[in-house]
Amino acid sequence: MGKITIDRDACKGCGLCSINCPEKLIIMDESMNVRGVHPARFRPDAQSADLATDEQKCKGCKMCAIMCPEVCIEVYR
Amino acid sequence: MKKVFERPASLRAVPTHYCSGCGHSIVHRLICEVIDELGIREDVIAVCPVGCAVIAYEYWDFDCSEAPHGRTPCVATGIKRVHPDKVVFSYQGDGDLAAIGTAEIIHTANRGENITVFFINNGVYGMTNGQMAPTTLIGQKTSTSIHGRDIARDGYPMKMSELLSQLPGAKYIERVSVDNPANVLKTKAAIKKALKHQMEGKGFSLVEILSPCPTYWGLSPKDACRRIEDEMSKVFPLGVIKDA
Amino acid sequence: MAKILMCGNEVIGEAAVHAGCTFYAGYPITPQNELTHYMSFRMQESGGTFIQAESELAAINLVLGAAAAGARAMTSSSSPGISLKQEGISYMAACQLPAVIVNMMRGGPGLGNIAPSQADYFQATRGGGHGDYRTMVLAPSTVEEVWNLTQLAFDLADEYRNPVMILGDGILGQMMEPVEVVRRHVQAKNAAGTHKPWALTGCKGRKPNVIRSLFLGEGELEELNRIMQMKYDKIKSKEPRFESLYTEDSDLVIVAYGTTSRIVRSAISKARHEHLHVGMFRPITLWPFPEAQLQKLAKKSKAFLVVEMSAGQMVDDVKLSILGQRPIHFYGRAGGGVPTEEAIVEVIKDILKPKSRKRVYA
Repeated sequence: MGKITIDRDACKGCGLCSINCPEKLIIMDESMNVRGVHPARFRPDAQSADLATDEQKCKGCKMCAIMCPEVCIEVYR
Repeated sequence: MKKVFERPASLRAVPTHYCSGCGHSIVHRLICEVIDELGIREDVIAVCPVGCAVIAYEYWDFDCSEAPHGRTPCVATGIKRVHPDKVVFSYQGDGDLAAIGTAEIIHTANRGENITVFFINNGVYGMTNGQMAPTTLIGQKTSTSIHGRDIARDGYPMKMSELLSQLPGAKYIERVSVDNPANVLKTKAAIKKALKHQMEGKGFSLVEILSPCPTYWGLSPKDACRRIEDEMSKVFPLGVIKDA
Repeated sequence: MAKILMCGNEVIGEAAVHAGCTFYAGYPITPQNELTHYMSFRMQESGGTFIQAESELAAINLVLGAAAAGARAMTSSSSPGISLKQEGISYMAACQLPAVIVNMMRGGPGLGNIAPSQADYFQATRGGGHGDYRTMVLAPSTVEEVWNLTQLAFDLADEYRNPVMILGDGILGQMMEPVEVVRRHVQAKNAAGTHKPWALTGCKGRKPNVIRSLFLGEGELEELNRIMQMKYDKIKSKEPRFESLYTEDSDLVIVAYGTTSRIVRSAISKARHEHLHVGMFRPITLWPFPEAQLQKLAKKSKAFLVVEMSAGQMVDDVKLSILGQRPIHFYGRAGGGVPTEEAIVEVIKDILKPKSRKRVYA
C-alpha cells in the first residue's frame, strides 16, 4: 500500500509520471497551475475518483518519482 | 507509511530552467542521488559545460567550475591532477563533447585521466536554438538542417563512445538512456559504477546518456521518450561499450 | 654564491619551481621548446604535474583547471600558440584566476618565422581575447631579470587573482647568461588552496565554491566588470616598473623593452661617445605601462624615439603617455628583423642633427 504527494506548482506538465504509472493512478489535472500548465495529479486526490479502489492500487513502486524531471513527487509506502 | 523517495540532499530545492520533459533534470537528480548514497558530496568537484546545463552549478550543492566550450575535460583534468583524492567529473552535451571539444575528450581519454565524464546526448544543440549536432540522426530536421540531416552535406552521426573505446586509456564506457523508469535506474547504476571506478583509481570512465529534448525535437515528452527507444537507440545502441 | 649559465627558457622553468609552481601544461613551438623540455622532467622531480597537451588551447584550459583548484600553474608558447590561448585567458581573467603565461615571441603574423620579434605587444597589453580585461605583462631583458620576474609573476598573479604574462622573445629564450640559481631539489610548494578560500578543493567545512564567468542576471556582469576595473586601477597605481638610463640629461629619450633595449643600450653608449645627449626609458611592466613616469620626462627631453621589433605597437602607448607634448619618432624592424646598433645610432643622429646629415638608411 502506497501513496504519493505531488508538488503541484513545481510540476511542468511533462506527463512522464502519468505514462509510466503501472496502475494508471496519475492524471493530468484539468485546471492549470501557476506555470500555466496542466500539472500531474494523483488520482486518489481527485474528487471524481473511486477512492476506495484507487487508494489500494498504489504500490509505492516509485516509477513516477524515478521519471519526474522536477523532483515534484514524494513516495510513501 | 514511511517515505521511500524524496529529493536528494545535494540537489538544491530550486526550480530549474530546463524545459518540460528535459532529460538534464533527471540526470542531475541521479548524479546527486549517487553522490549522497556514496557520501562524497564534500569530495566532489564538478565541471559544467556550455549548453543548456551551463548553470548546473545553481542546482548542485558541491564545488563546481565553468569551462570554456569543449574544454571541460581539460579543466577537469587540471583539477584532478591537483586534487587526485577528490572525485572530479565533467558533464557535457553533444556540442561540448563531440564538436568543439572532440580533441580534448580524445586526449583526456588517451592519457587515461582518472576522471568521469557524463555525456548527455540529445542529438541537438538546445541552448542556442536547436541546431544540428554531431549526433543528430540522418534525416532529422534541425534549425541548420531544415530539410533533414543530409549525408552529403553534413556527414554521419558520431558514435563517441565507440570511438573513445578504441583508446587503451579509456577503461569504462557505457551507454544508457532516460526514456523509461527501467532505463533511468540503469543510468543511475552506470553513474554509480563510474564514480566508484574513479574512486578506486581505475582510470577514465564515461557514461553516455541518451536524453530527450522535446522542445527541439518538436515532440511531446512522451513521444520524445518513444523516439529514443524507436530511433536513437538503434543508431546509438545501449549497453556496456567497454569495461577493461 | 655560484652563478651558472642557463638559457633564458630554462631559467623560466627553474624560477617557476622556486616560486612554487606545481602545474605546467604546454605544447611544442619554437623558440620556447627548451622550457617545455625542462618542465617535462623538473615538474616530476619537484612533485608537480607536467602535461604535454594536445594543443596550446588544451594547455591553457588545463592551467585553468589547475588554477581553479588552487595551484600555481603555468603554460608557455610563442606567438601563434598564444593566439590559441586567448579564449582561456579571457575566461581566467573573468573567473579571477591566477596563472602565468609565457610568450617567447617570434616573427609574425601567421606562421611567420622563428626569429625574435616584439609584434605581440598589442595582443599582450590590450587583452588579446574578448571582453574588458587586462593581463599584467612583464618584459625581462636579461636572463637574470627572467629569473626575478618569473617569480614575481606568480606572486602578482596570486595577489591580484589575474593572469600574468611574461613577454620575451627568441633571443632571450635561447641566450645563456650567468644567473644565481641554486639548482637544488626544491619541493614544489603545496599551494593546494590553503590560502585561497575561493579555490575548488571539495566543500568540506564550507559552502560550495563556484568558479564562473557567466552572469546573466540584470546588472551582475556589469558588477563583475566594475570589480575587475577597480582591481586594474589598483594595479596601475601600484605596479608599474621601469628602468631609466641617462634620462636626467637627455635631449632624446629612447623607449625600448626586452631584447631591443639591450641593443639600444649599446647604441646609446656609442652615441654618448659622440657627445649626443641620448638616454633610454625601459618599461619593465608593459601593462601597467609606466605612463606617469614617462610623462615626467617630457618636461625636459626634447623628443622621444621608440624602437621595437615590430611595425610599431608600444609607440601607441608612448604617444598616449606624452599626449602630444613632444615629437615621437619610431624605428622598427618587423617580420623577425633585429635592429642593429649602427642603424639605431644613424636614426639618433637623424633626429638630433638632421640638418647636418644626408639621409642614409641602413
